[in-house]
Amino acid sequence: MARYLLRRTAFLLGSLLAAAALLFVLLRLLPGDPANALLSVGATPEQIAAARRQIGSDLPLLEQFGSWLAGLARLDLGTSFVSRLPVGPEIAARLVVTVPLTLLAFALAVVIALPVGFVAAWRSDRWYGLVLNGVSQLGIAVPAFWIGMLLVTVFALRLRLLPAGGFPRDDWAEPGRALTSLALPVVTIALVMSASLIRYVRSATLDVLGSDYLRTARALGSSFAGAMWRHGLRNAAVPVVSILGIELATTFLGAVVVESVFTLPGLGTMLVEGIAEHDYPVIQGVLVVSTFAVLVIGFAADLVQRLIDPRLRAHVGGGRP
Amino acid sequence: MTSKFAGVMAALALVLAACGSGGGESGGGPARTPDAGATIEIGSLYEPQNLDNTAGGGQGVTEAFNGNVYEGLFKLTDDGKVENLLAEGYEVSDDGLTYTFKLRQGVKFHSGKALTAADVKTSIERVISDDSQSARKSSLTAIDSVEAPDDATVVVKLSSRSISLVYNLSYVWVVNAEGKDLTTGEDGTGPYTLENWKRGSTLSLKPFPGYWGTAPANGGVVFHYFTDATALNNALITGAVDIVTSQQSPDALAQFAGNPDYKISEGHSTTKLLLAFNDRKAPFDEPLVRKAVSSAIDDAKLLESVWAGHGSVIGSMVPPTDPWYEDLTSVNPYDVELAKRQLAQAGYADGFRFTLDTPNYDPHPTAATFIKSELAKVGITVDINVITADEWYTKVYKNHDFAATLQEHVNDRDVVWYGDPDFYWGYDNEQVTDWIEQAEQAKTAEEQTELLKKANRQIAEDAASDWIYLYPQIVVAASNLSGYPVNGLNSQFYAYGIKKG
Repeated sequence: MARYLLRRTAFLLGSLLAAAALLFVLLRLLPGDPANALLSVGATPEQIAAARRQIGSDLPLLEQFGSWLAGLARLDLGTSFVSRLPVGPEIAARLVVTVPLTLLAFALAVVIALPVGFVAAWRSDRWYGLVLNGVSQLGIAVPAFWIGMLLVTVFALRLRLLPAGGFPRDDWAEPGRALTSLALPVVTIALVMSASLIRYVRSATLDVLGSDYLRTARALGSSFAGAMWRHGLRNAAVPVVSILGIELATTFLGAVVVESVFTLPGLGTMLVEGIAEHDYPVIQGVLVVSTFAVLVIGFAADLVQRLIDPRLRAHVGGGRP
Repeated sequence: MTSKFAGVMAALALVLAACGSGGGESGGGPARTPDAGATIEIGSLYEPQNLDNTAGGGQGVTEAFNGNVYEGLFKLTDDGKVENLLAEGYEVSDDGLTYTFKLRQGVKFHSGKALTAADVKTSIERVISDDSQSARKSSLTAIDSVEAPDDATVVVKLSSRSISLVYNLSYVWVVNAEGKDLTTGEDGTGPYTLENWKRGSTLSLKPFPGYWGTAPANGGVVFHYFTDATALNNALITGAVDIVTSQQSPDALAQFAGNPDYKISEGHSTTKLLLAFNDRKAPFDEPLVRKAVSSAIDDAKLLESVWAGHGSVIGSMVPPTDPWYEDLTSVNPYDVELAKRQLAQAGYADGFRFTLDTPNYDPHPTAATFIKSELAKVGITVDINVITADEWYTKVYKNHDFAATLQEHVNDRDVVWYGDPDFYWGYDNEQVTDWIEQAEQAKTAEEQTELLKKANRQIAEDAASDWIYLYPQIVVAASNLSGYPVNGLNSQFYAYGIKKG
């Protein structure tokens, strides 16, 4: 296990470095000059040159990349071209919104998807099994921003139950108010995400329901619930956990769109603003942090899978297939 | 294990639902007496990029800080007049080249330091310095030197007469630049101090207890920033904001019109939508062709379809709030037959084809489509090329690599750009350049007005650009609010007079 952990960590760092280099190069390939975004109509060429000097976009690319990497190693993400504020602390301030949003939405999606997916599989021949199946299929086709706008129209504009967007100025000082602001975005992401999760849970359960070992357990006298509990769940959990890892990462990225709909000051809106302003340090910072989060989630999902499934552990322990 | 986990999550979900039902805030409860301690929640689409207007802070910082946090020697009031602010008065030498300003006494910066003439000197110098990215830098080029002979006197020497100096100084913030980074903090003399700026979300101002003038009529203001107009209007409907600085979503007006909970005010705007030709290149180097295009487009119809009766049609660059305005809408009237004749006369009887560089944000794409169909009627084919603001800057503004483009020009008194042959549209008429130069060096305001009127008439005669329409300036506020500015001249938004209740 120790060797596995070591290898996985090295792989993680390597991926991160490759991602950082790729990000840097791709951003520089985009047309446009960040200095232009800073100036208004009427700017003289001298003013543009001065702006470029100030933000350092006149330096050779390799030099810019080197200093950014060196900063990254010190956990310093640089300073925004536009706001002139350090990027790291601002990302931290935004995570206060994005992390709870992601985790709550993910948790809610799992709570919806597990029972619904199970019932949709277990009762796939009944009318309600078919309805659940159909609804989840529909859910996959509906874009998140549309669900968000629908929820805003009903719960914020019509019923006046929840705010239409925004986040308290003092963040989590009053947890009730913060949660209120997150309610609609959380439900939006959870609905979209549970739709696809239901499909996975359903197909994993169907596999288990049709399996020989379950039939054997029943034949040996186990009740359906008993057989499901002892043999079925664990088997069904393996593919579901690996999907959950991917889905959690997707939620994190899906927050980008949903934060914009609800004007939440999270990582997603920071990215959108950064792109609009050609603010390379901000874009790079947000993407590096998100990449890191996605890689870590994948890593964690792998570990959990190994804990559930002894077959996977055996492979690694023996070092041979 | 799984069921326990699920249980925890279900509990969390319940907490969420419970919070949801408790947190309802309704819009505008009618409390009748004005509350001087009330905080005014302002909704805006223009978040500052940073807090320094000489370092690319943009429109947002002008809106939040001009007159609220920072003050100039002079103030441009909401109805366009220039008044003394930190200056108590000034004298001009006979040759018009030396301005002596007397400073108001007893003014303190938010840091507690007393305002002196040396601060005014550094404040003006930072706007005209080499590093300055101020949009106003080019209008202050006549300044030769700034001196502070004593604490209460500032002397500005000019290399040539500049009748707009006092007006232009109303945009120069008087700052205390000692020991503070003004891109992320502030030290001004205004009625408010910066309480907190939460990037991507809010900027809050609280009253400055040591303010020299009248204290604000409210207990502070919070600017809430939105990236789209729908979200902004939703916030107004749900009472999360009390007022919207500038309504940019015409479709949304219907939901406030006729509703007693809201007031809609239409003020004077200075924002013009331009179809700007590249006057350097064929076919638009020929005034007759430009006139034909101007006459072929039914501006009123476009305005009606975009703004549903708000805004106004203009015949030239000068908006009605500028002193040198006159109605020139009849110079290039909407007349398709006239357009056809002019095209034939210019040798384009069969029309021609050109690319219209169109910024990708409203209302430009809508306007481009409309112009395309209008010009098709006179045989001109338009290829719409949608570009980002940034591409526009490089391609059109810097490299002059375009045939025609759409752009909104927001400032007042910006007709003077037609006197600069190097400006992006490349209008080059020696007579106009001369008039505009002379106007700046005029001895009296009357003389200046007369010269700029001449220049303005000439650019209309030449159809230097096609001025499509003047935007409306619409402020929507909860009806329990009063004392807010309605014109928002040049993006300013004085918040200190706003009362709630």
